[in-house]
Amino acid sequence: MEIYLPIADLPVNVFLVFAMGLAVGFISGMFGIGGGFLMTPLLIFLGISPAVAVATVSTHIAASSFSGAIAYWRRRALDLALALMLLAGGIVGTGSGVWLFTALRGLGQLDITIGLSYVLLLGSVGAMMVTEGVGAILRARQGKPVELRRPGSHTWVHGLPLKVRFKQSKIYVSAIPVCAIGFIMGFIGAIMGIGGGFLLVPMLIYFLRVPTNVVIGTSMVLTLVTMASATILHAATNHLVDAVLALILMVGGVTGAQFGARAGQKMRGERLRLLLGILVLAVGLRFAYDLIVAPDDLYTIRAIGESR
Amino acid sequence: MSGTSMRRNLFACALLAPLSASWALPASAERLVSSLSSHIVQITSNFTGVELVLFGTVENDQATVPRKGPYDIVATVIGPRQSLVTRRKERMFGIWVNAESRSFVEVPSYLAVLATRPFEAIADAETLRRQQIGIADTSLPQQIGPDVADVVPNDAFRQAFVRLKRNRSLYDEIPNGVTFLTPTLYRASIFVPAEAPIGNYEVDVKLFADGAAIARTTSAFEIVTVGFERFIAGAAVDHGLLYGLATAMMAVMTGWFASIIFRRD
Repeated sequence: MEIYLPIADLPVNVFLVFAMGLAVGFISGMFGIGGGFLMTPLLIFLGISPAVAVATVSTHIAASSFSGAIAYWRRRALDLALALMLLAGGIVGTGSGVWLFTALRGLGQLDITIGLSYVLLLGSVGAMMVTEGVGAILRARQGKPVELRRPGSHTWVHGLPLKVRFKQSKIYVSAIPVCAIGFIMGFIGAIMGIGGGFLLVPMLIYFLRVPTNVVIGTSMVLTLVTMASATILHAATNHLVDAVLALILMVGGVTGAQFGARAGQKMRGERLRLLLGILVLAVGLRFAYDLIVAPDDLYTIRAIGESR
Repeated sequence: MSGTSMRRNLFACALLAPLSASWALPASAERLVSSLSSHIVQITSNFTGVELVLFGTVENDQATVPRKGPYDIVATVIGPRQSLVTRRKERMFGIWVNAESRSFVEVPSYLAVLATRPFEAIADAETLRRQQIGIADTSLPQQIGPDVADVVPNDAFRQAFVRLKRNRSLYDEIPNGVTFLTPTLYRASIFVPAEAPIGNYEVDVKLFADGAAIARTTSAFEIVTVGFERFIAGAAVDHGLLYGLATAMMAVMTGWFASIIFRRD
C-alpha cells in the first residue's frame, strides 16, 4: 500500500516503512539504544532526502526513548538530577546543531557533512567497540577474568572545579564535563539524526563513572528531551519533519523494541557489545563507500527557497 | 474511451469552443479547440501520479482551402515556475563533495512536450526555436553573475539539469504523444508524476500545417493537495513551531501508549 508523504514529498510503501521501524526497533530494544544511527541511513537509502531523514528520525527517537525512560523510571533506574544537568548542555547543543544544519543546507554542504560525520563518528566508535568486544571474548575464552572497571578510580575529569554531588548515581563530579557531554550529544544528534545512546552510555561510564544500573535510563531522558527539542526546532526553522513518516516509524519502532529487549536479555553482554560494534562500523563504512566511490551522477538539483 | 463518452466530450468541446479557442494568426482559417479530462488534480494519501487526457478538434471554416500536408499538434505542458540550484560534485581529498553550482531562475518545475510527429518533421529549426517547441528550445535562464540569461543547449549544467528532471519524469518529450483520431479530432495523454509540485499547470496547444504555426489555444489544470496531506503540508510551513510541538507531543504519546500496552510488571 503506497502512501504519499507530505513533507518528504514522495510516495512510499507503508508496510516497508513499518517493517523498517520494526527491525530498527528490535535492534534498539536489544542493545538499549535509540537506533537513530540505523534509521537515518535507511531512510536516506530509501530515497528520502538526508535533511528530511535527519529531522524526522529525531521524532522517532523521541518516542522510543520516552517509552524506554518510563520503564527505567518505574524501576527507579535513572538519575534525574544528573539527567537535568546533562540537559542544560543538551538543549544548547541541540539549538547550535539545528543552527549549523540550517546554515550548511543553505551552502549545499549538508549532505556531505552528514555523510562525513557518519564515517568519522561511526567508523571510529565502531572500530573501538569491535576491538574491545573481540578482546573481551578472547579473554573470556582463555579463562582470564574479565577486566573490571574500578568505579573509584580518578581521571583528569575529576580534577575539574564546580563539583556537584549526584546522590542517585553516588558520584561527585564537576558540572563542566556533564554539561559538555550534554552539549556534544545534543549537537551531533541534531545534525546526524541520532539519539547517540551508543555514544552517551560509554561516555557516562568512562568519564563520569556513572554506575551501570542508572546509565541507560539517564541517557534515555537526555535523548528524549534533545530529540523532542530537535523535532520542534527542525520543524520551526527548516519545515523538514514529516509527521506521517515519523508516525509509521515510531509505531513500528516501539513495537519492535519490545521483542528486541527480550532477545537481548538472552545474550551475553560482551557478545552484544561486539555485535553492536560491528553494526556501527558497518554503517560507517557504508557511508565511506558512498563518499569515496565516484557517484553515478555528479550533478544534483534542489529547489531554492522551498521547504525541500 | 467509450463511444458515448467520446461523443459527450465532443459535445463539451463544441460548447467550450467560443470560450477557449483563440486566434494565433487572424489570417488563418483554422480554429483550435481543446479541453482536458480534468481541471483539478487532487493529491490524496495514495497519490502516485496522474494521467490527464487532452483532447480537442481543429475546426475548419467553410471557405478553408484544403492544406497540402497533414495537421500537426504540439502540446506543451508547463508546471509552476521554481528556482533550482544545480550542483556538481568534484573529488577533493579523496571524497566527492559539491563544488561548482549554478542557479536556474524561474524555470518550469514540470515540462512536457507532446507532438504528433518528431518535432523536426513538423517545422524547420528556426520555426521550432521561435515557437519554443521542445525542451532544447525552451528558455531555462541561469543566474550568471548579476545577469539572468539562457545559455546554449549544450551547456554542461543545462544538460545535467534537463537530464535529472527527465530521470524524475518531470521533463519529457513525447514526439508521438498526440494522435489524430479523425483528421480533425486529436487526443493526448499527459502524465504528471507524484513528485510534481502543487500549483497551476498551463497547457499550450499549437496547430502546425505545412511547417508553420497556424493556430493556438491554451488550457490549464491545477494540482492541489486535499484533506490530511494538505493540512500536514500547510501546517508544517505556515505554523512550523506549532507543528513541531504537535509532532513532539505525538512522539511522547506514542512512547507512553507503548509503555502502557507492553507493560510487563
